[in-house]
Amino acid sequence: MSIDIKNIFYTYMRGTPFEKKALDDVSVSIEKGEIIAVIGHTGSGKSTLVQHLNGLLKPDDGQVAVDGVNLAGKEAAARKARQLVGMVFQYPEHQIFAETVYEDIAFGPRNRGFSEAEVDKQVREAMAFVGLDFETFARRSPFQMSGGQMRRVAIAGVVAMNPDYLVLDEPSAGLDPRSRNAVFKEIMALHQSRGIAIVLVTHSMEEAVKYARRMLVINKGKILFDGNPADIFKNHQHKLVEVGMDEPQVFKLAALLRQKGLELPQGITDDVTLLQMIKKAKGWR
Amino acid sequence: MLSDITLGQYFPGNSFIHRLDPRTKILATLIYIIAIFFADSFLSYAILTGFAFAVILFSRLPVLMVLKSLKPIMIIVLLTLGIHMFTAPGEHVIFTWKFLSVTQEGLELGIKMSLRLMLLLLFSSVLTFTTSPIILTDGIESLLRPFKKVGVPAHELAMMMTIALRFIPTLLEETDRIMKAQTARGADFSSGNLLQRAKNMLPLLVPLFISAFRRADELAVAMESRCYRGGEGRTRMHELMYKGIDYAAFGTVFVLTALLAFLRWGTALCAL
Repeated sequence: MSIDIKNIFYTYMRGTPFEKKALDDVSVSIEKGEIIAVIGHTGSGKSTLVQHLNGLLKPDDGQVAVDGVNLAGKEAAARKARQLVGMVFQYPEHQIFAETVYEDIAFGPRNRGFSEAEVDKQVREAMAFVGLDFETFARRSPFQMSGGQMRRVAIAGVVAMNPDYLVLDEPSAGLDPRSRNAVFKEIMALHQSRGIAIVLVTHSMEEAVKYARRMLVINKGKILFDGNPADIFKNHQHKLVEVGMDEPQVFKLAALLRQKGLELPQGITDDVTLLQMIKKAKGWR
Repeated sequence: MLSDITLGQYFPGNSFIHRLDPRTKILATLIYIIAIFFADSFLSYAILTGFAFAVILFSRLPVLMVLKSLKPIMIIVLLTLGIHMFTAPGEHVIFTWKFLSVTQEGLELGIKMSLRLMLLLLFSSVLTFTTSPIILTDGIESLLRPFKKVGVPAHELAMMMTIALRFIPTLLEETDRIMKAQTARGADFSSGNLLQRAKNMLPLLVPLFISAFRRADELAVAMESRCYRGGEGRTRMHELMYKGIDYAAFGTVFVLTALLAFLRWGTALCAL
């Protein structure tokens, strides 16, 4: 089971003076159960790419197939694909519309045609996943909640559709560090317990390295690199800087400490591990 | 989806017509429209049509695209032609069928009336094709300024128009995004009966209104924190100035009107 993209092209506002080429012969395959980070500069085409995963955008040329079903030209197939591929957009709290948290989260599952009992079950599970207590929040108006809580409601609204693939377009944008970590923790927990594939669109190197085992670097509508994030950073640092991406702070700090003579192992990808390794190297407790 | 909609009609370019001062273009369009309504002979119409096409060619816009702007009024044009053809009184009957008869006078009147409508739209669309909305409002504000003395809030009107225009693309983008987000959650905006469809629009309209109000609020705060207090004593980044090409354009329009006036009243003048 996978999402297969073959040689797709996409141009915005074709045939006007404002024409902009967003995707240029992109081919990629996303396996079920993997965590993949899509990374690139603003305007590189990463958001355009992920909107092809569930048929929201139709490629000008090329093919997109979800679990073997080709989406080209068939609205019914695209609708089916949307049930398999959940999509959390940038600033998802802006899509909230219902009077209560419960009603908003139930919107997706109801559209999927679940029975009310199933809807209720999915809403409860989704709320638990994003760390919102059902008894406290279900009957509240989402518009009286904080930004971080609203974002959780919006993410829960997609999770409640029980997708096999979950695409998140910069889920941490505009959140404070604590909410950011919390949101990622919830996403990772979801990945582990349900085994769903996570496609994480971001322009933060830190997030890509910390959470993904595979990374796509997009530049000017083409896939520049596809592989393990740590390897890509190690082998193509110059090229990355050239296309406006910077090495993660953790890597920089580790390299600097190594230069100063500290014995640190390769492949440290997050701040917590780095701290442990420093403590270990220094013999602190 | 919606991102493919071209905003307004502005078609960027750097032609002679594009570079004219917006006030020149607005005034010239007004004069042209008045001239259309005074034209009566076929020769005058030929001159006006020729002038319109000369301007389109000068503006280097794709002619077909400009002609396409006539599409929405085509029904009205045909209706006008039909009604005049069949109902105008006249002596030279060309064609009779049962109780309907077409007279030469009616046919001529019909053709002239439809030409009027088409020229009107054609010429004003050249104005919007060659002038960006923001510059157009600048021009309108500047032209309305003398009427401030009689209580026309020229600056405020222009500011409202500018803000409205500024937010059209933003709101379109927002609509597009919310539509996609709700489509991804299985919303359906295109099927069902009218009532069902109206109900289906709620997940789109509620977030859209909320974000529009939020934006309005933020903009008001931003304006006030920069001490915005209306047009009093405000200077602008782009001062509008008439240049050589504007005088040339005014000259051309003047010659055109003089020619048309002569065609209409000239013979009477000569007879005096």
